Amino acid sequence: MTGIVLGIETSCDETGVGVVRLSSDGTVTLLADEIASSVDEHARFGGVVPEVASRAHLQAMVPTVRRALQRAGVTPPDVDAIAVTAGPGLAGALLVGVAAAKAYAAAWDVPLYGVNHLTAHVAVDTLEHGPLPPALALLVSGGHSSLLEVPSLVAPMHPLGATVDDAAGEAFDKIARLLGLGFPGGPHIDRIAQDGDPSSIRFPRGLTGPGDAPYDFSFSGLKTAVARHLEALGRRQVPIPIADVAAAFQEAVADVLTAKAIRAATDRGIDTLLIGGGVAANSRLRALAQQRCTVAGVRLRVPRPRLCTDNGAMVAALGAHLLAAGAPPSPLNIPADPSLSITTSLVGGSSRTANPAWRCC
Amino acid sequence: MLVLAVDTATSAVVAGLVWLPVAGAPELLGERVTVNARAHGELLMPSVSEVMASAGVSLRDLDAVVCGAGPGPFTGLRVGMVSAAALGDGLDIPVYPVCGLDAMAYRAGAGNALLVVTDARRRELYWARYDAAGQRVEGPHVDRPDDVPLAGVTRVAGAGEALGLPVVPPQHPDPAALVAVAAPQLRSPAPPGPLTPLYLRRPDAVVPGPAKRVTPA
Ligand SMILES: [Zn+2]
Repeated sequence: MTGIVLGIETSCDETGVGVVRLSSDGTVTLLADEIASSVDEHARFGGVVPEVASRAHLQAMVPTVRRALQRAGVTPPDVDAIAVTAGPGLAGALLVGVAAAKAYAAAWDVPLYGVNHLTAHVAVDTLEHGPLPPALALLVSGGHSSLLEVPSLVAPMHPLGATVDDAAGEAFDKIARLLGLGFPGGPHIDRIAQDGDPSSIRFPRGLTGPGDAPYDFSFSGLKTAVARHLEALGRRQVPIPIADVAAAFQEAVADVLTAKAIRAATDRGIDTLLIGGGVAANSRLRALAQQRCTVAGVRLRVPRPRLCTDNGAMVAALGAHLLAAGAPPSPLNIPADPSLSITTSLVGGSSRTANPAWRCC
Repeated sequence: MLVLAVDTATSAVVAGLVWLPVAGAPELLGERVTVNARAHGELLMPSVSEVMASAGVSLRDLDAVVCGAGPGPFTGLRVGMVSAAALGDGLDIPVYPVCGLDAMAYRAGAGNALLVVTDARRRELYWARYDAAGQRVEGPHVDRPDDVPLAGVTRVAGAGEALGLPVVPPQHPDPAALVAVAAPQLRSPAPPGPLTPLYLRRPDAVVPGPAKRVTPA
């Protein structure tokens, strides 16, 4: 099976359209990765406003598809399948992408794959690092923080743990706000932390006690600790060492994420760790993960930062792997599912139309 | 010309195939209308496929798409708008936006002054007023029922039960009426106007105040 797959992503504030090529040997190559972001419109609200995001998706959808096709150097008749994020994500935002994908699939008379956003975060790594062996995935972003066992890209993923309160990226946003930095917080904290001393303050590591859930995360205690630290400095009228606070906060997050991921990999006998999602762009998380993976004898795979954040290429990549596996396409009546389960990689493929070679999901 | 008309601005999911002759009224070839306020996204494209299949034509045979541009509750409205936009782009044919209330006024017919209203949720109505010739003279606006001006109006089409006037059909836009309203543009060589939804409301969003103080332990 070979083909060109166009992927559409609208689960949050990025309208992403990617185009990939599936070759006969199963390799998937990136041809285009176009993004229209409404992030600037959300900045003054300190977080993504769903209605603002949905309106922006509607305006950006067709122009972004056009740009992606042009960049990929393909014309509509070349497209062999459409993949779209069906969930999880913001309901109204998902709906725009799913409706558009259905219309393009009908117009071009090609199969539609409604896919899981989290599986797509894993699949995108194959664009850079080739076929994925069974792996442990740490997905961290403003919307999710999950530890998953990934037997294969076209089989259900097995959830091991997740955040019990804030997502990792949300914690970055909130601390950036406390420090008077911009939104989204991740890149700002990463930059300013370069000049700080991560060991200057010891912030708490959530859920790392002996009786705590070994693979779950909690960031609300850390957020409160940072806020109290800043208040205490304020009461004593001491100038806030922003770089030190940012570095110490970032260290606490990276420490917990990597320690739990390595522990899960070791416990489950998995020798590959994949990190994805927007927070995977964080330089300290990447460095610490590499250091600890080397010690533990675990292979680390992290896509380049551009592919870690939400984009259409990841959706197209997963679509290409599903196409290669002979997965049954999704019917045109699939819903956008804001709370789509992590164990559903592909939505609503009917078993009656399934390729007999297809065994998963 | 062969025109696909869609509307998702009310609780009805509307898809229809319409023949627009060079002159004269549009002719309905087939339609699917499902009243389900919570499933626009699931229902619209299957409805389009069914309409095309029962008429024995392919999407590739279409010459244009007409799309109800609202006003309507945001989420449902966008399904029709983005589907129409993507179909137009995918098929390389023009897409013409139409105010859905105008299509309802067309169906209600000229005669006495007419008010057309649809449910805007949150105890408000979308409304527009039409003169005896069927021309829109006010609106579309969104208001509470008490604030909708009724002076000179003798009948209301749509979700007007609360207004104390005789209610006449229709309850939602229909494909032939959408195409009838768009007919002058469809027959004109000028390109269609921008596909701008009639939201009539700003997004609910509040700019946060200063960071919340955290009580010391
Ligand atoms: Zn994501």
